[in-house]
Amino acid sequence: METIKEILDIGAAFEALINWLRENADWLFDFIAMVVDGFLDGVNWIFQFPPAVLVIVLFTLLAWKASGRGIAIFTAIGFSLILYMGYWSETMDTLSLVIAAVFFALLLGIPLGIWASKSDTAWKVLRPILDFMQTLPAFVYLIPAVLLFRLGPVPGVIATLIFSLPPVVRLTNLGIRQVPVEIIEACRAFGATSNQRLLKAELPVALPTIMAGVNQTIMLALSMVVISGMIGAGGLGNIVLKGITQLRIDMGFEGGISIVILAIFLDRVTQALSHIGKKSRDKK
Amino acid sequence: MALVEVKDLYKIFGPNPKKAIPLIKKGVSKQDIKKKTGCTVAINSATFEIHRKETFVVMGLSGSGKSTFIRCLNRLIKPTAGQILIDGDDIVTMDNVKLMNLRRRKMSMVFQNFGLLPHRNVVSNVEFGLELSGVDKDERRQKSMEALKLVGLEGFEFSLPSELSGGMQQRVGLARALANDPEILLMDEAFSALDPLIRSQMQDELLELQAKMHKTIIFITHDLDEALKIGDRIAILGPDGRVRQIGTPENILSNPADDYVRKFVQNVDKTKVVTAGTIKRKSPTLTTSKDGPKSALHLMEKHGKSIAFILDSSRILKGLVHIEDVVELKKRGEGDLCSIATQDFYTASPDTSISDLLTAAIETKVPIAVIDDNNTFLGVVDREMIIAEMNDGIDEDSGPTVFSEVLEDETDTTEQE
Repeated sequence: METIKEILDIGAAFEALINWLRENADWLFDFIAMVVDGFLDGVNWIFQFPPAVLVIVLFTLLAWKASGRGIAIFTAIGFSLILYMGYWSETMDTLSLVIAAVFFALLLGIPLGIWASKSDTAWKVLRPILDFMQTLPAFVYLIPAVLLFRLGPVPGVIATLIFSLPPVVRLTNLGIRQVPVEIIEACRAFGATSNQRLLKAELPVALPTIMAGVNQTIMLALSMVVISGMIGAGGLGNIVLKGITQLRIDMGFEGGISIVILAIFLDRVTQALSHIGKKSRDKK
Repeated sequence: MALVEVKDLYKIFGPNPKKAIPLIKKGVSKQDIKKKTGCTVAINSATFEIHRKETFVVMGLSGSGKSTFIRCLNRLIKPTAGQILIDGDDIVTMDNVKLMNLRRRKMSMVFQNFGLLPHRNVVSNVEFGLELSGVDKDERRQKSMEALKLVGLEGFEFSLPSELSGGMQQRVGLARALANDPEILLMDEAFSALDPLIRSQMQDELLELQAKMHKTIIFITHDLDEALKIGDRIAILGPDGRVRQIGTPENILSNPADDYVRKFVQNVDKTKVVTAGTIKRKSPTLTTSKDGPKSALHLMEKHGKSIAFILDSSRILKGLVHIEDVVELKKRGEGDLCSIATQDFYTASPDTSISDLLTAAIETKVPIAVIDDNNTFLGVVDREMIIAEMNDGIDEDSGPTVFSEVLEDETDTTEQE
């Protein structure tokens, strides 16, 4: 048994791969880190630069416009509470991390989903990879992320991106595959090129399903961003982690509440956005 | 030259479809081919022509390959073998760019479940085809508005498809197909998803539209009544994917090519399809310029008739004379037949179905004159002819039985016991 383990050491092989990547593709990871870091800083500046009260007002208006009065009231009270508890800056850090991770996840995930919907082979290859990504414990992503990108917010964003990618790929694929046959036939019968078909028919018809995937991706990203506090991503994850390691119940609880408020806000607003198209379509 | 020529067309689904063709040619049945090769024969050696400006209906039950057939015509489905010539171009071997242009300009399609884009409003759905071919915004809006007007959807331009009823959604589908003014209109069970009342209304409107536009319409249906109503010619597909008969509705009803077609058409109400034009008969006529009472009487006696129609020299119907009036006229010594002609009788156009003639035919004693739009006399139809036509083809066993025969039958059975 010993010898087999020695010959076929899966863990060691993975480690060797990561080491090889560090030695030979460091420039690539540096470049990725630079892009992600720049984007993250930009987003963070948008939320941190204006006075907190103004941001709360804008969030409230957004919630009102998207999903109505109830959520607007919740947003106003919730974010005021965060400000009052003194976690405004951390919450905005977390929000920036989520937005950066989701932005890159969609940038990758939607094209992947389109590709998967167009080619059965692509889908056959992608599916087990997505299964792998979704079921591997979230913490495991942190190790290679740290090794390749060192500590800080960038590996946090990268780990989050990978963790939250599957839903949007899956639902983009599903949405496009579910477009009724007659709509596809109508496109072909009227002489659409495959690009015209994708842009004018398939994506718009699949939009509600894709938006459900985006919503899922955002929620997964939020949960992962908190976990990536362990590798120094900062934000609310830090607060919760401090609460655990220093046994500070008050801090842990306040950090937790802030995360819940942010989560509900993000969920309701993105869900409402994804329903806007659908609502106008279903209205009788 | 015919607009569309289909030559020896085959479509076989499954692995290695070309292998199945020799088997079909040997006459192996559809089921055996399925067993041997795993292939399904959808279209089996179809050959026919579709003329310019006619409504050609392909009719068959589900599984007869009719939907496959219409999709071969714009190559949504690529045929396995054979040729489809449209204006002499074979679309089976056509390259993709040419095919795309053909689909954009020459032919468009109407779908059973409409195939509208749910996120676009009515007018932008109608614009879809024009938008794909890059027509500029103002022009396509204008053309779409015209198409919507044509199908009677003014005022709904900015509604979403989901806000409309099925019949209205299909009007949008029809307007979309008409917007780029194609030569050929492919309609795949276009009215089958609608309820019967709306369906019949849409059929009438299609007939009206066609009378104005003169497109070449290829219409697929599983409903024989629909086929008979709108088709100039009908092709009947059998369950084996083979064309069983091609002909005008009357032709198919009166001369079914085989048992399958006969079975198919036996329940059709013939009186709705057979027209005055087909059953009309010649009748003795008099001409105003040359005939007087004497020749009129001679003519009526010769044919054993008590009436005769009067025409002018270019066969325009002027009226009808009764034998008593002619005798009277002769007694008075006058010669003008027109003075005693009556206009008190029925006329019908040759397109009138005999079911519509029946009421008038029962009521009147004189035959019904069949005339065209210019009042040219074509012939006559009378009660006996209509009844004879309706009687033709009725299964005699299911008709009434003479009572004495009923009694005889009963004694037969009692004796046997």
